[in-house]
Amino acid sequence: MEGEVIATYVTRRVLLLLPVLLGVSLGSFALLHLVPGDPAMILAGQEATEEVLARIRHEHGLDQSLPAQFLVYLGNAVRGNLGISIQSRQPVATLIAERFPFTLRLAFLAILVSAALGVVAGVVAATRRNSILDIVALLGSLVGISLPIFWLGLLMMLVFSVRLQWFPAGGSGTAAHLVLPALVLGAASSGVIARMTRASMLEVLRQDYVRTARAKGIGERVVIYRHALKNVMIPILTVFGLEFGYNLGGAVLTETVFSLPGIGRLIVEGIFARDYPVVQGAMLVVATTFVAVNLLTDVAYAFFDPRIRYE
Amino acid sequence: MSDPTTSTASRASGFWADTLHRVIRNRAAVAGGAVVAIFVVVALFAPVLAPFDPLKGRLGDRLRAPSAAHWLGTDELGRDVLSRVLHGARITAQVQVAAVGLALAIGTVLGLTAGYVGRSVDQVIMRFMDILMAFPGIFLALAIIAALGTGLGNVIIATGIFLVPQFARVVRASILTLRDMEFVQAARALGQRDIAIVFRYLLPNSLAPIIVQTSLRMATVLLTASGLSFLGLGVQPPAPEWGAMLSNARSYMITAPHVAMMPGLAIALVVLGFNLLGDGLRDSLDPRLRG
Repeated sequence: MEGEVIATYVTRRVLLLLPVLLGVSLGSFALLHLVPGDPAMILAGQEATEEVLARIRHEHGLDQSLPAQFLVYLGNAVRGNLGISIQSRQPVATLIAERFPFTLRLAFLAILVSAALGVVAGVVAATRRNSILDIVALLGSLVGISLPIFWLGLLMMLVFSVRLQWFPAGGSGTAAHLVLPALVLGAASSGVIARMTRASMLEVLRQDYVRTARAKGIGERVVIYRHALKNVMIPILTVFGLEFGYNLGGAVLTETVFSLPGIGRLIVEGIFARDYPVVQGAMLVVATTFVAVNLLTDVAYAFFDPRIRYE
Repeated sequence: MSDPTTSTASRASGFWADTLHRVIRNRAAVAGGAVVAIFVVVALFAPVLAPFDPLKGRLGDRLRAPSAAHWLGTDELGRDVLSRVLHGARITAQVQVAAVGLALAIGTVLGLTAGYVGRSVDQVIMRFMDILMAFPGIFLALAIIAALGTGLGNVIIATGIFLVPQFARVVRASILTLRDMEFVQAARALGQRDIAIVFRYLLPNSLAPIIVQTSLRMATVLLTASGLSFLGLGVQPPAPEWGAMLSNARSYMITAPHVAMMPGLAIALVVLGFNLLGDGLRDSLDPRLRG
């Protein structure tokens, strides 16, 4: 019974995702056709002769109707064929496979940073409500949310790389290269997570079972860490999924500040070089990843909190 | 706004006076409002306030440290940093007002339609919003810029569309709770037309969450638009846009860090102001959400 309910829930969630994924691929497909100008000219370059253009049109199926082109694009994408980069002549899938793991690692490290900072700050703030610590935590998280990450990145680089020389100023290769980018990227999410943790903690502390635990004479520390925090973690889990996605977005800026070889740089360089197959492919992969992460967190949420499944 | 009877016309003045009192008593709203007010004044009067031309510099005065003549120093082309930051407020305000206005208009119409009509219309609209939101953070704006190109107008379109789902969701959620309330049902039973119900009862009672969103999204737009400009994909130099200024200043970070300080601080302060104002408004306008 229990397993069945979860299975039904997961199936329904996956079915709901299909139109979204279809729309995402349609959006990424449409990108090339929304750019003003002839797609064949964009792919071949401005100086292409009429013969080259005709060949490109045929090779890329641009001489077919748009729906037919989309079906071919979709079929290729499902099989992992995202086209060829105009600039490097390499398969787009290869370029993404080279760059994406780096961004995923960065976004994951940033989530660790923000989980550690955010949950601690949120719990401290909620358990000492209206104290100086609470106000500091609230203001700090608001400042964290408000700082532009590219500026925070430049400041951290100036202080810790240029002045103190603790960490390298950019590039990649060692663990030390990832410290500053992960801190910068995690700062904004930690603000969000701190606020969320504080709010849910306050909510949980008002519940009857917390009052019962306290009435039984259990120490405050045990009440907070054993009884309350466990229930607080469930709603925060969903925020982790969302924040992971925003970290992928923030990685675009962080990678630019620290000259890191991630998928964000790949997209930005692709836009500058008008390398549309790269931009389309990378967008498709990022969006699909984000959708998948959100599905996973929702399923985890339903797993931990039975109330959700019956919604 | 949880009690719908307080917002009917006869008690309107009492309701708004009461709300104003609550907003004024809220420290976050007042602090944020003060920052936003200063920002608006700077944006309106930048040409009067700025001591120098933001676009013309003297090459003999390149990368000068702050001094009596140039309070915030000069940049790599000898332009006065203070004047550029002040004029940057104008560009920022333009982008914010236009992009949030765009998102507000489209999002409200979509959210209202989805929430009020319901069923398949709701499904179609909200699945479309899900598609837009599948591109996390700045990616949707980047995709739109990739298709349309850079520049002020396209930045407004890109950041505006990026925010449409946020407004649509907030308005829809509000309509869904109101739709089945007694005073709306009563209006329908009395034979009021849909359009009258929407404009007389549903929208006025959804104003609180819409106002809160508007303030918070002013902050989001600024972060996203300046991020695009920082990447070189937004407002283009020589316009004194804060993100674009930071992007230029990067090359001189070590020799002249002062050039990068002020544009970043300006972004952070204005974003903080709108966030504080939005939070404060939420606490004082929406009693249900008061912690």
